[in-house]
Amino acid sequence: MPQLNKDARHTVTMTLNGDEVSGYAEPRMLLSDFLTHEIGITSCHVGCEHGVCGACTVLVDGTVMRGCLTLAVQAEGSTVETAENLASDEGELSELQLAFKKHHGLQCGYCTPGILMSLTAYLKENPKPTEEELRDMLSGHLCRCTGYVGMVRAVLDYCENRTD
Amino acid sequence: MKPKAFDYLKVSSAEEAVAALASGGEDARIIAGGLSLMPMLNFRLAEPSILIDISKVDSLTYIREAGGHVEVGAATRQADLMRWDGLESKLPLLNAAFPFIGHYQTRSKGTVCGSLSHADPSSELPLCLAVLGGEVDLQSATGKRTLSAAEFQTGMLSTAKQTGEMVVAARYPTAKAGDGHAFTEMAQRRGDFAIVALAAVASADKIKLGIGGVADKPTVREWDILEGDALDDALNEFAWDLGGYDDIHATARYRRELVRRLGRRVIEEAKSCRS
Repeated sequence: MPQLNKDARHTVTMTLNGDEVSGYAEPRMLLSDFLTHEIGITSCHVGCEHGVCGACTVLVDGTVMRGCLTLAVQAEGSTVETAENLASDEGELSELQLAFKKHHGLQCGYCTPGILMSLTAYLKENPKPTEEELRDMLSGHLCRCTGYVGMVRAVLDYCENRTD
Repeated sequence: MKPKAFDYLKVSSAEEAVAALASGGEDARIIAGGLSLMPMLNFRLAEPSILIDISKVDSLTYIREAGGHVEVGAATRQADLMRWDGLESKLPLLNAAFPFIGHYQTRSKGTVCGSLSHADPSSELPLCLAVLGGEVDLQSATGKRTLSAAEFQTGMLSTAKQTGEMVVAARYPTAKAGDGHAFTEMAQRRGDFAIVALAAVASADKIKLGIGGVADKPTVREWDILEGDALDDALNEFAWDLGGYDDIHATARYRRELVRRLGRRVIEEAKSCRS
C-alpha cells in the first residue's frame, strides 16, 4: 500500500455486513466515524472515544475491535460486521436479540449494539460461559441503565435454549 | 476528540517499517493494535507526522520458544499469547496476570510489544517482563540491539527506544522447574488500570516481588526467603522506597498499604505454587 497523505481523502473499500461498500477517509478518520458518517450505519455508537465504554465495538475480520480505536484506512479490504447484521433481511430479530428483549437486557439501548457484537464473537469461542465468565467479559462494556442483570439473564437463557 | 492529521503507511515487513521510521524523523510513530496509541491520538496527547502500521506484518506475528525464552513478535496480539498452548506451563506468571490485562474486547487487538512500548507504569505486561528479567529487541535502519527489561524501562511512558527504532520482539524467560508464580492487583473496576499491581516469583531460596502502579516504572526487589515479621519489615521498607504519590484514584498511603498487604498475600501464593 502506498503512503497515504494526511490532507487527502482516500477511497476505503470493505465488506460490510456482506455487502461491498466504499467511502472516503482521511488517514485520521476513525472507523466509528467512517461507518456512521460515510456509510450511514446507525449502530456504531460513539460514547467515550477512547476505548473504554465499548459502545462502538464492531467485528473486523471476525475480531472484536473498538471502532474508535481503529482507523478507517486500517480496515481497507477487511470484512466488517455491525449490529445491523444480526437481524434477518426481513427484520426478524436474532435469537440473541430476542433474548435481550425478553429479559429486558436493554433500556436506553445505547450500549447494546456493541455488547451484541462482543457476544457474537465471544460466544463462538465460549458457547456456554458461566455467569462469572460472562460478567468478566461484559466488564469491557459500560451500561448505565440495566446494572447488567437482565443482560446476564438474557445471555444465559440464550446459551441454554438457542436453536440457531 | 479526533486525532490531528497524519500520513499513514501500512507496511509488510520490519525492514520497510524502520526505513519509514528513518525518513519520518522523530514524529514518526509505529502503530500495531492501537489500544494505547489511539486514545493518545484521540486526546491529542500524541501528534505524529506519520503512522506506520505494522499490524499486518506476518513476520512480526509469532510466538516461539528459543533458548529458555518465549519470544513474541511485535504484531502478536495479547489474545494470541493468552490462548497459546504453552502459557500455563512455560509462562505461569503471565497466565496468572492475563485475566487482569484490559478486557476481552481490548486483548483481542492490543499487542504484547505495544504495551511494553507504551510503558504505562501500572500495566501488567511490562511488570511481568521486569520481574522475569526479560529482554526487548529493538531494530532501526542501521541495526539491531537487545536491551534487558531494566535497561529498556526508563520511566513513566518512556523507554530507552531511540528515534528511528522500533520494538520488534520481546522475550519472556520460561519458568524454572519448581518455581512458584503469583499475580494480583487492585483496580477500581475489573480490567481498569491497576492502582497497584504485584507479581511474585518464589524459588527454593529466593523471593522476588515486582510492583507496578506506584513508582514511575515497574520496580523489582529480591530477598532471601523471609517469614513473619522479617517479611513485613522488608515489604514496609519496599513500600516506602517506591515513593508513591497521591492521585485521583488513591493516596500514596493507600498504595503503600496495598504493597504491604497484597505483597504478603502474593508472596505466600507464589510460595504455595512451588513444586
